[in-house]
Amino acid sequence: MKTEGDTQIVITRHFAAPPEAVYRAHMDPAIIPQWLLGPDGWTMTVCINEGKVGGKIRYEWRNDKGHSFHITAEILALEPPRRIVHVERMFLPDPTPDNHVETLFEPDGAGTLMTMRMTLPDEKTRAMMLKTGMERGMEMSYARLDKLA
Amino acid sequence: MTSLDAAFSAMADPTRRAILARLAKGEATVAELAEPFAMTQPAVSQHLKVLEDAGLVIHRVDGAKRPRRLAKPGLDSMDQWLGMLRKALERNYSRLDDVLAGMQTKRKGTKR
Repeated sequence: MKTEGDTQIVITRHFAAPPEAVYRAHMDPAIIPQWLLGPDGWTMTVCINEGKVGGKIRYEWRNDKGHSFHITAEILALEPPRRIVHVERMFLPDPTPDNHVETLFEPDGAGTLMTMRMTLPDEKTRAMMLKTGMERGMEMSYARLDKLA
Repeated sequence: MTSLDAAFSAMADPTRRAILARLAKGEATVAELAEPFAMTQPAVSQHLKVLEDAGLVIHRVDGAKRPRRLAKPGLDSMDQWLGMLRKALERNYSRLDDVLAGMQTKRKGTKR
């Protein structure tokens, strides 16, 4: 994970599986809740992904203490299995500014190189996102950092 | 967490990031910092105040001068925060590794 320019956050990751599988794992509502979870104790309770351009996404998470939050998104472009473009915001509970996300899956040996490029409206929003928005359910980590501090 | 909030918001400014980049090379006075940025000294002082309040910069007193340098504890706590963010992301992606491995096995199984 790194920042680029004034408003972008870029995440890259290699996966052993081919782009077709990684793309599906990002789009198939039967697969997404198996991995897109965040810290221990959180589960995805709602996973709607209409899977077409112009389609809507809604993901909701809940933890064992009864805390919950959700994101909504619209799908802007799909080029299976290599590209997903969507725009999302989190509800904490007020909506965060729109985060424009382009996710690329490129063949990388027998596997896939994923590049996720998030573009925020301005650098203040990016700073906020790095600080609070990106991992809503980070109470555990907060607690850990409190101990470190 | 207040200091982390202040640190991230202090960083959300290109001039302040440039000042930090300059201080990463070593100590500097307000005058030395003002020069490359084509800014007045009061303007630089204003930015330095934000950085000091955020715990990212400290100064010492050297006669009439107040040389500024990076404050390691402030930068370290930002570093730790980003490290945890990376770890949380990595937890998701290592779970995805397992899911993908499962998908592959299933597909190979159904081919036969």
